[in-house]
Amino acid sequence: MLALSPTMESGKIAQWSKKEGDPIESGDVLCQVETDKTTMDYESTSEGALLKIIAPEGSEVNVGDNIAIIGEKGEDISELPSETVQPESEKKEIAEPEQATHQKNPQEKSILTAQPAESEGNFPRGVPVSPLARKMAADKGIDLHSVKGSGPRGRIVKKDVEGYSPPQPNLHAPPRGAALRDEIIPVSEKRRVIAQRLSNSFYSAPHYSLSVEVVLETLLSARTRINKSSGEKISLNAFIVKFTAQTLVNHPMVNSSWEYETIHRYGTVDIALAVAQPDGLITPVVHDCETKGIRQIDHDLKELIGKARENRLAPEEYSGGTFTISNLGSMGIREFTAIINPPQAAILAVGEIVKKPLVDENNDLAVHNTMMLTLSCDHRILDGAVSAAFLSDLKKFLEYPIEALL
Amino acid sequence: MAEKSMREALRMAMDEEMARDKNIILLGEEVAQYNGAYKVSQGLLDKYGPERVIDTPISEEGFTGVGVGAAMAGLRPIVEWMTFNFALMAIDQIYSNASKMRYMSGGQFGVPAVFRGPNGPAEYLAAQHSQALQSIYAHVPGLKVVSPSTPYDAKGMLKSAIRDDNPVIFMEAELMYGWKGEVPDKEYLIPFGEAAVKQKGNDVTLLGFSKPMSVILEAAGELTKEGINAEVIDLRSLRPLDEHSIYASVRKTNRCVIIDEAWPFASVGSHIGWLISKNCFDFLDAPVELVSSEDVPMPYNHTLELAAQPSAEKIIRAARRTLYRE
Repeated sequence: MLALSPTMESGKIAQWSKKEGDPIESGDVLCQVETDKTTMDYESTSEGALLKIIAPEGSEVNVGDNIAIIGEKGEDISELPSETVQPESEKKEIAEPEQATHQKNPQEKSILTAQPAESEGNFPRGVPVSPLARKMAADKGIDLHSVKGSGPRGRIVKKDVEGYSPPQPNLHAPPRGAALRDEIIPVSEKRRVIAQRLSNSFYSAPHYSLSVEVVLETLLSARTRINKSSGEKISLNAFIVKFTAQTLVNHPMVNSSWEYETIHRYGTVDIALAVAQPDGLITPVVHDCETKGIRQIDHDLKELIGKARENRLAPEEYSGGTFTISNLGSMGIREFTAIINPPQAAILAVGEIVKKPLVDENNDLAVHNTMMLTLSCDHRILDGAVSAAFLSDLKKFLEYPIEALL
Repeated sequence: MAEKSMREALRMAMDEEMARDKNIILLGEEVAQYNGAYKVSQGLLDKYGPERVIDTPISEEGFTGVGVGAAMAGLRPIVEWMTFNFALMAIDQIYSNASKMRYMSGGQFGVPAVFRGPNGPAEYLAAQHSQALQSIYAHVPGLKVVSPSTPYDAKGMLKSAIRDDNPVIFMEAELMYGWKGEVPDKEYLIPFGEAAVKQKGNDVTLLGFSKPMSVILEAAGELTKEGINAEVIDLRSLRPLDEHSIYASVRKTNRCVIIDEAWPFASVGSHIGWLISKNCFDFLDAPVELVSSEDVPMPYNHTLELAAQPSAEKIIRAARRTLYRE
């Protein structure tokens, strides 16, 4: 198996699109592979016939392992190593042989192993979906797990897929009356990778954080004016991304990675923005922010966020970030500390815009729009003073945008 | 354009063709002196004489076999069965001879014959004489099977049937002989294998043929009042079948109700259901519905007789089910 993304080390075969004996053209989709980020089409680079599937659906395969044999139709492949990879569920049975000794009835085990795989393609067995709805969802990249069916027995039909809007991550309490129950939820490949990467980050990078309060009066009025004159609403995130990029140009150490023997200082500013998805989060990247204008950044962000919510990001669109911004302001969070997105040196946590009474240098009291920024830093690269200088410059740029041009 | 009854339209087709080609003969019970059991052949004996319009004994297997033999010998017979219920007596002539003669003879003999007569449920005729038998004929390769639903189509399709060099089973619904519709005097042909779109719509496809087209159109009108725009397709020809029109419509509406007044098991309707599931699988938003006659012999009691057949109400309910409204 080839790596489908730069960080992919292994993948799970979600579904085979071809079966043994099918003719294969170069570029044909052979199977769906669940990677660390998303589920992707695996295209064939060779032509011929699919002679044997080595890795069946549900099996975990490392990059570089054989998943199938493609050759000429009728070719003798008995000489080739083609040991079938075992699906995870069966592996478990072998890895824990002591389980078997607890079973009094040997038939029980065979019943267990005979059970069908829990999921088939994009949907667990037993939950109905019309063929049309299944195809529409596949074409649009919609995960059927997140679609509610309106047909009999909850069958998902055309209008459910048409009327589907990507779920806004609902982190609020469920509606009253929803029954609580014990539930064991299998961990998706994506959730597992997020857990692993962030634990590694948290335990290996010594985190500390610095906070600063920013007064946004100038920026907000400038944005209002710009939005009024152009008719196109530019998001506040685009402004934050641009000013952060400019600050990173001035403080290149913050735009870097710890590589144990060396520090990699990046020649471009590629800013990742954390976007929540139902089954985790993903960080689409706006590349080359130092050379782009705010309008261009806003355009890129809108496109990337849209794709991220529909699970349609291509690997190059979520990889290669040099710095990450996480904004929970829209959810009413005033201030928080984010965990660094490895291998980057820092992450900026952006809070809610809050009106606050502030006393100025003339001791006059006035109400201002303020926002808390918290920078989490990897102490292996960034000492407190370096980060503080970065944050102080960022505050200056956001409060007096003209400073960014100096 | 003149309003004509179905029996007049059929008579016009035979008359025009017999005038055009002296090899065309008509034979069957009471087709000559009595002018036809349903008066379809009225006046043809006077016009073409007893050598071309021939009364036969009550012997379906015999005169059907004569028709097959006449066709093999170079004539173009039209065999009228008093009803398809009696034609069951002649099924071996159709199944074993007419349908397979060209194949069995290595192409040396064709059977350019038309076998026609009333088919389908009628009224007060009870179990043996009130049944829709199209699936029997559509089942065997080598036959063309057609069943028009309007006088206009009946004339154009019967002329096509008479000119066809293969055996054609031409099914006329018994209750339709008196139905009227516009039929032009001018010559026209309706080719086989072309369905007619009776009403355009986007929400659900209603597929049918022959007499049920009237209840289908009635159902479509009622559905419109509920805001459901049904596309109504009259198949007209069962073999060859206009698969293209069926698939195009189902791919557009994503839902389909098939109406076939035969019994549900192994019928033309159930076969089309399979074709749709195979060729439109990724376009279906709901299971394909089949409105057929109930799977019982036709009752004599009139209330039960009507209840056993497809009705506008049954079609409406099936259409609602495909839209998940019922």
